[in-house]
Amino acid sequence: MPVSNRLKNQHLLWRAAFGPMAENAAALDTIKPADLWQLLLETSASKPEKLEVADNLIAGLSNGVKDLVALDKAGKMDEETKKERQQKMRQQSKDDIRNLNILWLDEMINSEAQLREKLSLFWHGHFSCRVINSYFQQELLHIIRTHALGNFGDLLKAVSKSPAMIQFLNNQQNKKKKPNENFARELMELFTLGRGHYSETDIKEAARAFTGWGFNLDGKFENRAYFHDEEAKTIFGQTGNFNGDDVLNILLKEKQTAKHITSKLYSFLVNEKPDESKIDWLSSRFFKSNYDIKYLLTDIFMSDWFYEPKNIGNHIKSPIELLVGLRRLIPLKMENDNAQLLFQKLLGQILFYPPNVAGWPGGRNWIDSSTLMLRLRIPAFITSSEKLNIRAKSDDDVNMGQTDAAYRTGGVGIDWPAVYKLFASTPREDLVKAIADVLWQTGNRPEAKMLAAFVNEQSREDFIRTTILRLMATPEYQLC
Amino acid sequence: MLINRKTFIQTGTLASASVMLPGFLQALSRKPSVPPGNKVLVIVQFNGGNDGLNTIIPVTNDIYYRERPRLAIDKTKTLTLTDDAGLHPALVACKALYDEGNLAMLNTVGYPNPDRSHFRSMDIWQSGSQSNEYIYTGWLGRYLDAQCSGCDKPTQIIEMDDMLSLAMKGKNYSGIATTDPKRLYNSSNDPYYKQLIAGYQHGEETADYLYKTMGDAINSASYIHDKSQLQAAGKNYPATELGKNLKTIANLILSDINTKVYYLSLGSFDTHINQEAQQKRLFMQFNDAIKAFTDDMKAQHRFEDVLLMTFSEFGRRVGQNASNGTDHGTANNMFLISGALKQKGFLNPLPDLADLIDGDLKYTVDFKSVYATVLANWLGADDQKIIGKSYSKLKFI
Repeated sequence: MPVSNRLKNQHLLWRAAFGPMAENAAALDTIKPADLWQLLLETSASKPEKLEVADNLIAGLSNGVKDLVALDKAGKMDEETKKERQQKMRQQSKDDIRNLNILWLDEMINSEAQLREKLSLFWHGHFSCRVINSYFQQELLHIIRTHALGNFGDLLKAVSKSPAMIQFLNNQQNKKKKPNENFARELMELFTLGRGHYSETDIKEAARAFTGWGFNLDGKFENRAYFHDEEAKTIFGQTGNFNGDDVLNILLKEKQTAKHITSKLYSFLVNEKPDESKIDWLSSRFFKSNYDIKYLLTDIFMSDWFYEPKNIGNHIKSPIELLVGLRRLIPLKMENDNAQLLFQKLLGQILFYPPNVAGWPGGRNWIDSSTLMLRLRIPAFITSSEKLNIRAKSDDDVNMGQTDAAYRTGGVGIDWPAVYKLFASTPREDLVKAIADVLWQTGNRPEAKMLAAFVNEQSREDFIRTTILRLMATPEYQLC
Repeated sequence: MLINRKTFIQTGTLASASVMLPGFLQALSRKPSVPPGNKVLVIVQFNGGNDGLNTIIPVTNDIYYRERPRLAIDKTKTLTLTDDAGLHPALVACKALYDEGNLAMLNTVGYPNPDRSHFRSMDIWQSGSQSNEYIYTGWLGRYLDAQCSGCDKPTQIIEMDDMLSLAMKGKNYSGIATTDPKRLYNSSNDPYYKQLIAGYQHGEETADYLYKTMGDAINSASYIHDKSQLQAAGKNYPATELGKNLKTIANLILSDINTKVYYLSLGSFDTHINQEAQQKRLFMQFNDAIKAFTDDMKAQHRFEDVLLMTFSEFGRRVGQNASNGTDHGTANNMFLISGALKQKGFLNPLPDLADLIDGDLKYTVDFKSVYATVLANWLGADDQKIIGKSYSKLKFI
């Protein structure tokens, strides 16, 4: 099948962004992919505004910690009150993280900085961090969104000094004579080199270099010199009295770091099946550019091979990609924010709650019979008042209080006219194909005759609406 | 191909679903259904970290009573097992099973470098990984991959839940999650889905995979629903969620379904505060449901084909906290209930409370040893291939 201009543009929009939106999908027949790529860069050029969750975090959290410590020291608080306070704070943090989740999801759906938010989602999985501290999570997200399209070295350094990561990977407990290797290990295995490109000695020595990196009671990074191991360390054959920054620089000097990051991005943006020669070409240029992320992305999205049929329509949308993409095409407001979290939970991807430090595995791991059958029903749930009769598992770490799905999961104020406009000039007999061309990135097309039994043919609008919902309730729509 | 839609909708059975599947989606060869005598494994997961020390109580251990001034259960209140051990007072049925020789207990089961996060530790238990390793398939999912190779419906494993846990996810196949076979059948038995499958042309690999999963799901839902119709289970199950789920399982066990593993969970056992009431309430539910289920299996002469195993992601701290609760700990005990036990009662010594790491128990049995035993000796599977490493086997089955 020849790749149409529309298909190329939609491919770019699904991979570099969250898919086409109703208001601009019509233009995709004519604009050149190269111009669309420039547009994506331009709309993501400005610095992001920080997403701040409603609560006053410094007062609510960090000062809370201070109070607790002070009170505890003065012996004024008995164990029970302390425990209650802690539980209350934890609950507050969970509520705040829930709000941060919704705020960020809104950005992904509505922000014009699509490229930035898409890459932020990638880094959110790469620098995977599961801590129940809304302030830490908020700050880490801001670091990621600020550097998402910038320099990987800057991003790595900022993440490594974020209290969120320090807490998650136990660097707060990493002190001279009693090193904790957790951060050093994940840094090499997951954040930079990848498994098999370092020795256990490198990890042990690097952990010593990171001794003393921690955070203070204000939730800010602090280099606690009195905990730092001043002896010489030997990492990748180099010996010196290294500190954390030195180790990060040493890791950035390894070409393998560029290769590892490029491979992961290739899998996320192009194809889960690696193409070694393309990855080598990309990663050597990425390395020479001194880790300029935008440069790497331009290499990918401006290449001819990115638009080859084998790279189109074979990526299983993550739950976030699915939910955000659906809502970009069909403008609506969710009646109940909890529904957005419930869908994330049921489909297996809750923002800020990655399964572990290795992030979401993606691909076929998203799919089992329960998640697939639910995915097929989601378009109907979101656009109707049907109640979702499915319960999420309880989770003692998260326990977001939404195991009970007694609330409506539907959207309100659905802007169908915006969607109808897309097909305003399409003759009725071509509608099924035209709708499939917008919704399906795969090569096959539905049989209009088969669909006829399942759609409402009364008015043109009814037909468009019900055809869209039916074509979204398919395995094809899970792919992009 | 013209299909008379009316007939098609009316005969929404397994047979018609299979007929509708294009050739490449169909099984190469259909495996025969499993005859009675089929050994099944029932796993009950205690969510939240059950307090093992207040489950099997070391009634002569001074350290236990010293570390738990308000939470320790007095010897006279426990159900006596041995001179040194008693059961939680609510576990009356377990005590009876013990007396009959149908209960075995393993103490201090765990793994090296234990993780105290619920999520991570559950991940480790369900995937069967080391604590510094990240695996995205479950141990039962990998068993399913081996078992279902070329089969047309992955119904060898059923989880009684709306969502499927990691334990049941394999590389090529995943188990089926349902709390209600009828509801599962109704939601998947949509003629639209069948028409989609019928019209689908073999295409790109990922799309094929999704269509195959969809076909499997529809087939499985239909098959499970079909088998659940027999309703041969007894009547005396409690109306709790666990009771209802065990009754559904009993109905399936008593049919000729090919299911080998059933998975359930109960919780939350995360008792940081006011542990006594919470644990007691859950144990009463467990006890009543287990009694109904084991009585039923005995009456139907199938108890020797059933092995029921409990576990929790971790145990709890030896010392109680100031809120009459306990905090996250490490190694824990497991119950093994069956009419076919080769070893009964305690399989290993009670935990040594004088030899702790940071206030927590040291593990003495790797949980993967238990998995290896169950896979090889009960399910007849290649444990080493599924777990990825050889673990010494226990002798209780």
